[in-house]
Amino acid sequence: MARPEDHYGRSVTVIATENLTKRFPRVTALDRLTMEITPGVTGLVGANGAGKSTLIKILLGLSPASEGTASVLGMDVATQGAGIRERVGYMPEHDCLPPDVSATEFVVHMARMAGLPATAARERTADTLRHVGLYEERYRPIGGYSTGMKQRVKLAQALVHDPRLVFLDEPTNGLDPVGRDDMLDLIRRIHSDFGISVLVTSHLLGELERTCDHVVVIDGGRLLRSSSTADFTQETTTLAVEVTDTDAHPDGTDALRTALAGAGLAVAGSGEGGLPGAGRVLLVEAADDTVYDTVRDTVAELGLGLVRMEQRRHRIAEVFKTADAADAAADAARTTGTTEKGGSTDAA
Amino acid sequence: MRPEPTTTPAVPAPRGEDASIHNIGYRHYDGPRLGRSYARRSLLTQSLRGAYGLGRSAKSKVLPFVLLAVMVLPAGILVAVAAVTPGAKALEVQYTEYALMMQPVIGLYLASQAPQSVSRDLRFRTVPLYFSRPIERVDYVAAKYAAMASALFLFVTAPLVVMYVGALLVELDFGDQTTGFLQGLAGTAVFSVLHAGIGLVVSALTPRRGFGVAAVIAVLTIPYFAVTTVQVIAEAQGSGGAVAWLGLASPGSLMDGFQSAFLGAPTGFPGGHEPGTAVAAVYVLVILGLIAACWFALMGRYRKAGL
Repeated sequence: MARPEDHYGRSVTVIATENLTKRFPRVTALDRLTMEITPGVTGLVGANGAGKSTLIKILLGLSPASEGTASVLGMDVATQGAGIRERVGYMPEHDCLPPDVSATEFVVHMARMAGLPATAARERTADTLRHVGLYEERYRPIGGYSTGMKQRVKLAQALVHDPRLVFLDEPTNGLDPVGRDDMLDLIRRIHSDFGISVLVTSHLLGELERTCDHVVVIDGGRLLRSSSTADFTQETTTLAVEVTDTDAHPDGTDALRTALAGAGLAVAGSGEGGLPGAGRVLLVEAADDTVYDTVRDTVAELGLGLVRMEQRRHRIAEVFKTADAADAAADAARTTGTTEKGGSTDAA
Repeated sequence: MRPEPTTTPAVPAPRGEDASIHNIGYRHYDGPRLGRSYARRSLLTQSLRGAYGLGRSAKSKVLPFVLLAVMVLPAGILVAVAAVTPGAKALEVQYTEYALMMQPVIGLYLASQAPQSVSRDLRFRTVPLYFSRPIERVDYVAAKYAAMASALFLFVTAPLVVMYVGALLVELDFGDQTTGFLQGLAGTAVFSVLHAGIGLVVSALTPRRGFGVAAVIAVLTIPYFAVTTVQVIAEAQGSGGAVAWLGLASPGSLMDGFQSAFLGAPTGFPGGHEPGTAVAAVYVLVILGLIAACWFALMGRYRKAGL
């Protein structure tokens, strides 16, 4: 297989696996997984038990594969585990912080465990904690932190030794919507500002859609799909619009639908059938940028409150909707919104 | 691979004038990465300091140092007694006896520090963070074991040093004292490695800290009292030959028999039954076996605790 190369002719593959298989006495956790991951933010999607943690363990060189090979940053996981772990960061899904020490003390210790000399460990800790957004509180014991702050400390310990790649295991778990957004922004910045590649696992596809350049979907230890987020999501540009009701328009949604249709836009019902309030979301085909203005002006003219207006892309979740695994899923992601939207409207 | 390779001098980013001076951006680390053996040494140092509360809260320093004071106090008294006793030939307690005499204090120290050394990492699930770094399971276990054994060694050696220095100051025989002191150090070394292993294994298997403390005290004291009681009964029943064999059954009596057989220590066994040559060899085997068992138990414990 031809490896992607940069203009110096070096391989720019961050992670490569070839027929990677991991069998446990009772289950096969990974089944001939072959994939390549390039620099950037890569989402690793799979249901619980799909083999995500097993894969991370193997990639860190902590668990031997039953068959096949894998390399991380050009190093073989079977023979160069220590070298890999020196240049890779890992943020576990579960709690891993002792409550009785401060974030600073803890991250300094973890930096030294990664091989940084004492002075460098202290400097990098101060820098890293600032970058993840922990300031004065970093001198207080971790036990008193909020979940969001703890997640930042967990992220800081994964970044403190300036890795070239970080594995983030469900980093948004347990966060409230605001904390979730902050964490996702931070993950974006890890690559865009820090130049560190990211492999982030999640079972929430919507998150990865917003954050990742590339998404790998595994199911039952097999590769279901690996492609860029754009491929998954960008074929449709649909606007999701939600408005309030007013006295003048007791059904604001319906009034807007009529008005927009009158303005010559293609309007459909929500594609989020089944969710509470889904009937209140209008999907507007956004052919070009003027559509945004039209929607804004129309809402203003009707005097409605605009709850949200956002690009509603084709969602990665649709990969899983089709019964036939890989091929059918690929088709689904390429189909224009019509079939899917039609189905949902029926449901609603 | 990254936007600004660290090997090539990066062109200063054109964020110059309008950027806030506080935002210095992300800086990459180009310095040395000292790898696995450095990480292992750092963990050892941190754990050893932690065993005396150093680098931890002020509160955690209290117990270790109070116990250390309690540990050293009798040594000071022994020296004082030798100083005021005209014509004293030796200290009232021998160097090798001291650790056995002070077993309850050492037990308390071990019970308070072994759980904090290992149970915290297990309870708060920090262990996977270690194993996602260059160090491996064997490094982690070795560092924790060495740190606990060193902490115990220092704890038991401190009073011996007081005794030795004091003995020389009151001009007891230099040769006798030096021999005794060295025998004491040798005994302490074996004592520390054995007890550190037991303390760590018991703590690692009981991640709840309160249970760990109680469990370590129980494992050290209950067998010891049981052995001593049965030994007394055996002696009273006229089967004195069994006394040395019975001594194999607890860490404290094991050390007692070992020191009397190899380091010229007076035994505390009832009837003064020291282990004979054959039994002494069994003592060595049992001690080595116990240490090995502790090591493998710890390794096994961390196999499960990994990622």
